Amino acid sequence: MQNLLLGIPISTVVFLIPLLPFLGACFNGLVALMCRSGKAPVPKPLVTLVAVMMPVLAFALTVWLFFFAKDPATGFTTPPLWNWIAVDDFIAGISFKIDRLSLVMGLIITGVGSLIHIYSTGYMSHDAGYARYFTFLNLFLFAMLILVFAGNLPLMFVGWEGVGMCSYFLIGFWFEDPQKASAGKKAFIVNRVGDFGFLLAMFLIYKTLSQKGLTPGLGFLSFDTLERFRGDLFLVATPICLLLFVGAMGKSAQIPLYVWLPDAMAGPTPVSALIHAATMVTAGVYMIARLHFLYTLSPVAMEFVATIGVSTALFAALIAVVQSDIKKVLAYSTVSQLGFMFYAVGVGSFSAGIFHLMTHAFFKACLFLGSGSVIHGLHGEQNVWKMGGLKSKMPITAWTFGLSVLAIAGMFPFAGFFSKDAILFHGYVLGPRVLWVMGFLTAGLTAFYMTRVFALTFLGQPRDHHLHDHAHESPFSMTFALIVLAILAVVGGWVGVPESLHGNDLFFRWFAPLFPYQEFYEKIEHAGRGTELTLSFVTLLWAFHCALLAFVLYSQKLNIAKNLALKCPRVHQLLENKFYVDEIYQTLIVNPLGWVSDKVLWKFTDQKVIDSLFVEGTAQTMSLAGRTLSLLQSGAVQMYAILFAIGGLLLIAYFVL
Amino acid sequence: MIETHLLTLLIFSPLLALLPLILFPSSQERTMKGAVLALSLIPLGLGVTLFVRYYGTGGFEFQEIIPWFQGYQIYYRLGVDGFSMPLMVLTSLLVPLVILSSWTSVHQQLRGYLALFIFLEVGMMGVFASLDLFLFYVFWEAQLIPMYFLIGKWGGERRIYASIKFVLYTMVGSLLMLAAIMYLYYAGGKSLSFEDLLSLNLPLNTQYVLFSAFALAFAIKVPLFPFHTWLPDAHVEAPTGGSVILAGILLKMGTYGLVRFAFTLFPRAAVDFIPLLQILAVIGIVYGSLVAMVQPDIKKLVAYTSVAHLGFVVLGFCSLTHQGVAGANLQSLNHGISTGALFFLVGMIYERRHTRLISEYGGLASVMPLFAVLFLIVTFSSIALPTTNGFVGEFLILLGSYKSQPLFTAIAASGVILGAVAMLWMVKRVFFGAVTSEKNKALLDLNPREITVMVPLIILIFVIGLAPGLILKKTELTVTKFVQRFQALENQ
Repeated sequence: MQNLLLGIPISTVVFLIPLLPFLGACFNGLVALMCRSGKAPVPKPLVTLVAVMMPVLAFALTVWLFFFAKDPATGFTTPPLWNWIAVDDFIAGISFKIDRLSLVMGLIITGVGSLIHIYSTGYMSHDAGYARYFTFLNLFLFAMLILVFAGNLPLMFVGWEGVGMCSYFLIGFWFEDPQKASAGKKAFIVNRVGDFGFLLAMFLIYKTLSQKGLTPGLGFLSFDTLERFRGDLFLVATPICLLLFVGAMGKSAQIPLYVWLPDAMAGPTPVSALIHAATMVTAGVYMIARLHFLYTLSPVAMEFVATIGVSTALFAALIAVVQSDIKKVLAYSTVSQLGFMFYAVGVGSFSAGIFHLMTHAFFKACLFLGSGSVIHGLHGEQNVWKMGGLKSKMPITAWTFGLSVLAIAGMFPFAGFFSKDAILFHGYVLGPRVLWVMGFLTAGLTAFYMTRVFALTFLGQPRDHHLHDHAHESPFSMTFALIVLAILAVVGGWVGVPESLHGNDLFFRWFAPLFPYQEFYEKIEHAGRGTELTLSFVTLLWAFHCALLAFVLYSQKLNIAKNLALKCPRVHQLLENKFYVDEIYQTLIVNPLGWVSDKVLWKFTDQKVIDSLFVEGTAQTMSLAGRTLSLLQSGAVQMYAILFAIGGLLLIAYFVL
Repeated sequence: MIETHLLTLLIFSPLLALLPLILFPSSQERTMKGAVLALSLIPLGLGVTLFVRYYGTGGFEFQEIIPWFQGYQIYYRLGVDGFSMPLMVLTSLLVPLVILSSWTSVHQQLRGYLALFIFLEVGMMGVFASLDLFLFYVFWEAQLIPMYFLIGKWGGERRIYASIKFVLYTMVGSLLMLAAIMYLYYAGGKSLSFEDLLSLNLPLNTQYVLFSAFALAFAIKVPLFPFHTWLPDAHVEAPTGGSVILAGILLKMGTYGLVRFAFTLFPRAAVDFIPLLQILAVIGIVYGSLVAMVQPDIKKLVAYTSVAHLGFVVLGFCSLTHQGVAGANLQSLNHGISTGALFFLVGMIYERRHTRLISEYGGLASVMPLFAVLFLIVTFSSIALPTTNGFVGEFLILLGSYKSQPLFTAIAASGVILGAVAMLWMVKRVFFGAVTSEKNKALLDLNPREITVMVPLIILIFVIGLAPGLILKKTELTVTKFVQRFQALENQ
């Protein structure tokens, strides 16, 4: 690359993007430690300045890069800053892959990230761990940017586990509460289960390519080399893709590894917005889009991804319908929407997956921050049944939340409409019909439960007057982020208006060079605009009626809604207890593992078999033998004389006979 | 002068630190400690010199040969390669830190305590530098004695049981090894020089017997499952410095011995025995992590995770691939740094509260934030988070091992999950939650001396994690030579 910024080549400048938040984290980390140890007050303005300035600068740099490095369309890989791990023909360097995909992700991360940092200055302003909070938030951005810009799988894994670690600390941010600390630990461990798959996939790729004796170039695990040698991976593509998807299941909370995400709501709400909605949890989708050239080798793996995705979407949406904690609803909604994204990439529509990833980042971040604003205004209350009628008290929150609800519900012309529409259309054309039906049902459920939450929170009569009277709108630092995100939730989808609606399909055309699958485009083309139009119309109608039903039930006919729950208690309980999945894991995996480790391995094998039987047994046999033999050494000369005589007689007998 | 006798100087220069122990009266204890610490920096300086000057040719460097028992062809023969150099440098680093860490924790017989560590350092350095089996055996046995006294005299309540268990376990192995060494001497041209033994071509059956004897001695030291039960007891009862050296260096003598002698001298037998070693290593990884999970005592927990970590090291060496062997060699060093650091930290909290039971703690993060931060960094290094040293080692081991044994490696990789469960569950119970015990409310955070102990280790965790090439490059040719020896065997 010839392009320069202030005389520095662009391939070096890109490393500044993650470096900036990293420096911020270092600074605030030191401040946090020094203030804690010296019991000095935290210099808040300074902390705020550094914490907010770093992501904003990173965002500015990404924007600049976005307009600068647009060509060539397929992007470029920077030369490694240094070779991180290099042994024999295994090479993994610190190098970045800059293309449209990573740049879009970079924009979302730094953009939404900056807004959430600003919001956090208000939300966390009274917290004693102010500097510590921003340390981890900045560190998270660093890890997330490494994840998306990484030019090879091992470096991506650095970001992958790095975001997991930050998530661990931020979920358990209020660590004095043992439950919150446990939630952080659970998140980390479930993610580790996924990372196990990611690791094995890397080993399998390396083994396969290394044994073919190919030249590694930047390393067998660098994306460029992988794409070049994709043909050599044909035979092992299915296990590789499935193993990588295990990693995605963990990070992006898909069945059966989704269980950590609802618990992760223990963290501060802006954390939920940034990490557990907009960025980190979408890493799995990004990874599959990044490795599209491997996934398209294996139809089996693709179908598996699509099936898991859409099943998760439906499953989580069902649970979300009955949850009463505002953040839990949003958490299950996130799980569900992530399922949608996997559905998209699973049927081969990588651009649609990324498109939904982007719009979802806007409206879900807005929803989470909105819920945070509500919780902030109600001094920590999260139960929607204690809210109601908050519209008058918190108008900005209500409006921005409402717009985002319309977006996630897929109402025209809000952002979610276009991305969900694209997914369902592509799913209909490319995937099995049954999956589409499940996706279609989910779209309706989504509209239903989101409207339900909105109605219960902001509309109707206040149900807890004490709470309602003390409610207040949040400060400008918080509402600012809400407003920007709400605008994006409205207009964010307009970059991808399909041709059937007289748009120019900008987003898809722009990504087309990255995903060069002629067959895919032909099938879409072949299906025709009529099908697309019909499908989007039917989906829109279905979602609209679901939303309308929820609106009527939960803002006006609350009694009917409550009676409905009473009438089918079994179903309601099953859903409210989230299909008892946590309990099942506890009984089937966690408890037996603990029991076996404690009783069988430690107290029996280690202590009884090895120590008592073998070690001490040997010692006792020895000492017994010693004692027996020592009987002979009585010290009585007469005894020795007798023994000597017997011995002599035996010897003579031996020789004579 | 220094160049030509660097190894001899490294082995015996620690003895200089005995001088202040003799010279200063008890009334000047502080000065004495200071002098011992200052003099222990001399071996550290030599260790750093060794690291810098070590070229990485793959052969033995800094060789010294002095005839010893001339009639018997026994030499004082020293030399280092990529397997021994990192461990010698680590030894020279850990001993000063141990001395610094025992500043206030040892009250009785400080002189004896320090003297034993000095002798221990001599023994350890000698083990890694010896290239004559006789000399090796002398040092191998010599380092046993100070450790026995350290556990037996300065240990906890069950110290006598633990120290005897430690010595008996190790002696069983050592005696077998002695018998094997004697056999080698008479079978192989009456020389115990490493280079001479390399060119021996022993019949396969003899190789089996000798390999078994050597491997058993080293497997006990590692310790491999099922020879590991001395380790938790020894760790729990040993004083902090003892635990650090035990985990940091003594266990590595087992893996080092396996590669240097058992594998290299009897390659044909090694190839046939490797599947067995791999199975034991994999069992050790899973078993160690699971048992660690349910330990009520922090030190015991760390001890069992050591069993798992050393399982990884053995697995890596057994892979006979570049990545596996290089990773295992690096992980030997890493484990010394991370687990050493963990034992230092446990010692610091033990000095304050005189208990190691997890249930006695809780909420320490709010009382001792700096301690918590350091503990977490070390924990993440121990559970192999990328950018820490532990990740590079474990990743390379698994990567290399996967090439030769995908199934075992997959099972071993599950240790990555189980290890995290064990460590993070302990961290949660010790550091998070509310401060429940009154005794924990007034705990003081780390003092500057304790921070000084930790800083070098923390720096190494990240330096090796980010730029492992600093070490991998130096050991590369040694690893290549080792791997090629086995490849040549396969091609025959």
